[in-house]
Amino acid sequence: MPIMELDQSCPVLREYGSEQSLLSRPDGSSTFVQGDSSILAGVYGPAEVKVSKEIYDRATVEVLIQPKIGLPSVRERAREQCVREACEAALLLTLHPRSSLTLILQVICDDGSLLSCCLNAACMALMDAGLPMSYLFCGVTCAITKEEGQIITDPTARQEKESRALLTFAIDSVERNVLMSSTTGSFSVKELQQCIAISQKASEQIFQFYRDSVKRRYSKIK
Amino acid sequence: MDTVHTRFREKIGEVLLPGDLFSCSLPESEDGSVKSEKTICGPGLRRNGDEVHVFKSGILRHKHPNLYWIDSQQRRYVPAKGESVIGIVTAKSGDIFKVDVGGSEQASLSYLAFEGATKRNRPNVQVGDLVYGQFAIANKDMEPELVCIDSCGRANGMGVFGADGLLFKVSLGLVRRLLTPHSEIVKDLEKIFPFELVVGLNGRVWVKAKTVQQTLIVANLLETCENMTSQQRQTLFKKVSEGSL
Repeated sequence: MPIMELDQSCPVLREYGSEQSLLSRPDGSSTFVQGDSSILAGVYGPAEVKVSKEIYDRATVEVLIQPKIGLPSVRERAREQCVREACEAALLLTLHPRSSLTLILQVICDDGSLLSCCLNAACMALMDAGLPMSYLFCGVTCAITKEEGQIITDPTARQEKESRALLTFAIDSVERNVLMSSTTGSFSVKELQQCIAISQKASEQIFQFYRDSVKRRYSKIK
Repeated sequence: MDTVHTRFREKIGEVLLPGDLFSCSLPESEDGSVKSEKTICGPGLRRNGDEVHVFKSGILRHKHPNLYWIDSQQRRYVPAKGESVIGIVTAKSGDIFKVDVGGSEQASLSYLAFEGATKRNRPNVQVGDLVYGQFAIANKDMEPELVCIDSCGRANGMGVFGADGLLFKVSLGLVRRLLTPHSEIVKDLEKIFPFELVVGLNGRVWVKAKTVQQTLIVANLLETCENMTSQQRQTLFKKVSEGSL
């Protein structure tokens, strides 16, 4: 199957937007919108933790994903595990031993790239809550089409259905390393490396967006 | 040649994100006349060998001569030694009171940590009382401890308070603005009508005015002026003082 030359100069992402501090009860909250996919995130912490769950030298991170319809199922549990791995890598957990950091994500609308939208909303909410982080992270999803093997970034739900493989990566902001990867479908090692390279390129746009939106938020306060 | 300071100075007043870093490797000088000045890293900055990492998002602030910190907006309080906070007594167990200060753990307050308290003369503290105290011990590994006396043994304004009045919660940034020496917000509020105000660094504020209505007005004004510029705030206060009863 011939693999087309990839145009790596500018990965195409759907229009994205975000808002911080929109909920009054949680310590930090944010929404992240990617095209038609939208996630609302709330963070509580550092707060009290049950003795059975406490860890003596670092904080306990709990992630809950609520789907739009119905109760959380195994699919949400798998996504929670992915988001939790990315958060535990980025947060400085040793600064809050025997405390809990709870992150709750609510799916408002699902039109593809849901896991990367969750990761982006989670990072913005953690920043909003002022939790100590060693770096920021973002999520990028790539889909490999069935016919030509073309790599699409930030696929819609329809593009995801018509793809033969779906790969999501969490990328960190300092060294552009991969913090977490979640893949379904079959693909070659070369395609995997191409997807990682494209995701790292796309993450630069998202990190610039984080910087601009935090700058705008602080622009009112002097 | 203080590389740290010049790098920091470029960024004072700018918004920084977690992951930004400044390297403070001092350049080699031929004479050996490199003066390594001490740089004090405040909240939001963390030293890692030769580098200073930012771990909170916010604006980089500077106090002469060499103190730098990140000014970030936060709602959740983390206990720190020496800070004065408002706590709510939740339990009495033996010799200590358990006080809720809004952090991840409840603080303990010994009954001997009040002015004039002895083993025979116990202070009159009930569950549900408001207490203004300072942290004697507050670090991430131990349970925080409050005291209501200073190092000389005097109360200095601390202790139980709050018969009547209203306790509410605001963000930590607003509380720090209220506690600056000549705070504009407090000065503008004083002109409307007289009231008593206790501000705790854990984001809790207690207000008491002559009538319940005035108390509620002051509480609402404090909550809303968080996101206003000073001009908007002054117009709002003027409107209230003209229309107030």
